[in-house]
Amino acid sequence: MNVVVCVKQIPDPAVPGALDADHTLKREGKLVLDESDSYGVEMALQLVDAAGGGEVTLVSMAPNNEVSGLRTALAMGAAKAVLVSDPACEGTDALGTAKVIAKCVERLGDTDLVLTATESTDGYTGTIPGQVAEILGWPALTFSKHVEIADGKAKVQRQTEAGYDVVEASLPAVVSVTAGVVEPRYPSFKGIMAAKNKPVDQVTASDLGLGDQVGWAGARQEITNVEPAPARQAGEKFEDDGTGFEKVVAFLEKLKVI
Amino acid sequence: MTLSKVWVFAETAGDKVTSATLELLTKARELGSTVEVVYAGDDATAVATQVGEYGATKVFHVDPAGALPGAVAGVAIAGLVSEHQPDAVLFVQSYDGRDALARLSVRLDVPVFTNGMSLSLAGDDVQFGTAIFGGTVNVDAKSKAGKPALVAIRPKSFAAEASGGGAAEVVEVGAVDAGRAAEAKVLERFEEEQTGPKLEEAAVVVSGGRGLGAAENYKPLVEELAKLLKGAFGASRAIVDAGWVPYALQVGQTGKTVKPKVYIAIGISGATQHLVGMKNSDNIIAINKDSEAPIFGVADLGIVGDAHKVVPALIEAIKAHG
Ligand SMILES: Cc1cc2nc3c(=O)[nH]c(=O)nc-3n(C[C@H](O)[C@H](O)[C@H](O)COP(=O)(O)OP(=O)(O)OC[C@H]3O[C@@H](n4cnc5c(N)ncnc54)[C@H](O)[C@@H]3O)c2cc1C
Ligand SMILES: Cc1cc2nc3c(=O)[nH]c(=O)nc-3n(C[C@H](O)[C@H](O)[C@H](O)COP(=O)(O)OP(=O)(O)OC[C@H]3O[C@@H](n4cnc5c(N)ncnc54)[C@H](O)[C@@H]3O)c2cc1C
Repeated sequence: MNVVVCVKQIPDPAVPGALDADHTLKREGKLVLDESDSYGVEMALQLVDAAGGGEVTLVSMAPNNEVSGLRTALAMGAAKAVLVSDPACEGTDALGTAKVIAKCVERLGDTDLVLTATESTDGYTGTIPGQVAEILGWPALTFSKHVEIADGKAKVQRQTEAGYDVVEASLPAVVSVTAGVVEPRYPSFKGIMAAKNKPVDQVTASDLGLGDQVGWAGARQEITNVEPAPARQAGEKFEDDGTGFEKVVAFLEKLKVI
Repeated sequence: MTLSKVWVFAETAGDKVTSATLELLTKARELGSTVEVVYAGDDATAVATQVGEYGATKVFHVDPAGALPGAVAGVAIAGLVSEHQPDAVLFVQSYDGRDALARLSVRLDVPVFTNGMSLSLAGDDVQFGTAIFGGTVNVDAKSKAGKPALVAIRPKSFAAEASGGGAAEVVEVGAVDAGRAAEAKVLERFEEEQTGPKLEEAAVVVSGGRGLGAAENYKPLVEELAKLLKGAFGASRAIVDAGWVPYALQVGQTGKTVKPKVYIAIGISGATQHLVGMKNSDNIIAINKDSEAPIFGVADLGIVGDAHKVVPALIEAIKAHG
């Protein structure tokens, strides 16, 4: 079974974000593998393993020929990667990103499953999985917290407000997985060494025939205003000396909650 | 200026239209002179009555025929747009809302605005506002892609107010050919027993974080207190990712937005991404053993103390209170 995993390489989430003058996200530092996508990588490795054949291919769109995040995922065990890095992609929105990913999947051919996270850590529109599926003409099983593949079908437990639904579709399909669906492995030393020699196929938006559908022009959005959000004022703070709970009781009484 | 027609993708929970849908309908009334609804599920008549009260005059009813409703609805809306020409289609930033929005945007080749927290008109254009960097910066944007504008809005961004209209007219959309999108079939539904109010609707929300120490402390400290206060219980992402509680309980940027009368944060540090989901609560109480925890920066009442001491005492005191 061949699985494509979409992996986003993002600025370190621990570092406060900033916008460039053109209102795109500043991405000058090193990028890392989005932690949300490490679950997809692990899931893919386990599924291919269980199927007893096939391989895991990574697809990523990122600036400056960035491969750090890809190397992490390759070190976990993915076989190869496709990287779309092209100045023309700067400012690409979710729909443009989905077009790029779908074209990469079509170019690869022979794919049974595309795995993504439910939403990325830095953009979190949460629409890419459904958009990629629609472009490919495939079913999408979204928000999956448990995934099984058998008899050419994917069966998932899809998170709902009230619990979960069991949802099934035949392959090929797109599946988006929630954090915690599996425990991502740490790359071994051997894996890290091996990752250095694994193939990363570099392509541009025009290689994919998408020159005019990515970037700011493709996004067709205009930022009209950027301003700091109003802050909330802090109230009273007490050190608990064993009677802290009484302050809470009094506060709740005042609000007529109790 | 007003738009002539705004559509809302309606969702239900049980036999009721969700409050997030009613919030969108209220906003849609302000933006457009005609408000209509698209609904994919059973019993469109009950939906028509409820959305009618909030100003909708038509319900386009899509039969998902056992498939995931969002996927089929997205395709169906794409088919309805050219005939009916809505200026905007509004979605709740929810599971089914995102499924529908994703499919629709591809079919129409129109970009999406997601995680919206405000909506307004700039001339004839739909202007959408969101908060980035953990809610510290507000950004407004508008589409240059023509109509309809496709927008997903976080629950609790607007107040829901009924307009007292009569039942909307149900328009059956008929069979939708969604191709392989319709192959995602719902085989079974599992509903975890839910007692008490829902997270986004509760007047009191009690949330727990990693400071609880272990998964087994969630129930006696957080759930117990929430139940006593007839409230709902929530969580930080740290304990959702750790698998202590389900994702549906997560409050914050990538979780739910809540706006209760009282929010009680137990063992939660108060990272910006958590704050963005709860800082608009009317009153905030924080219990944290670190006096420097950022949560105290937004708390009306802060108790610097050990949750394992403060919360059990609080629970006892409230029980005694009667
Ligand atoms: C704060 C902020 C707000 C934004 N708001 C919007 C908006 O409202 N509308 C909009 O259209 N765009 C928006 N963008 C831009 C958008 O996030 C990026 O274009 C992004 O590349 C695609 O969407 P996502 O990361 O939100 O995808 P999501 O749908 O959240 O990501 C889901 C999964 O898709 C895969 N994926 C996503 N991007 C890539 C990639 N580059 N390479 C490989 N796999 C990937 C990953 O598996 C990821 O986990 C925003 C960006 C920022 C920083
Ligand atoms: C893009 C992005 C999106 C995110 N989205 C969300 C989101 O939606 N929601 C969310 O919550 N987070 C989100 N996060 C994660 C967020 O940054 C924090 O990591 C998370 O909120 C921390 O959870 P916590 O406060 O429970 O844990 P910690 O940060 O580990 O804090 C635990 C706190 O408990 C206190 N404590 C420890 N022991 C005790 C005790 N015995 N009694 C009392 N207090 C104690 C500690 O002092 C500490 O303040 C997101 C992060 C990113 C990068």
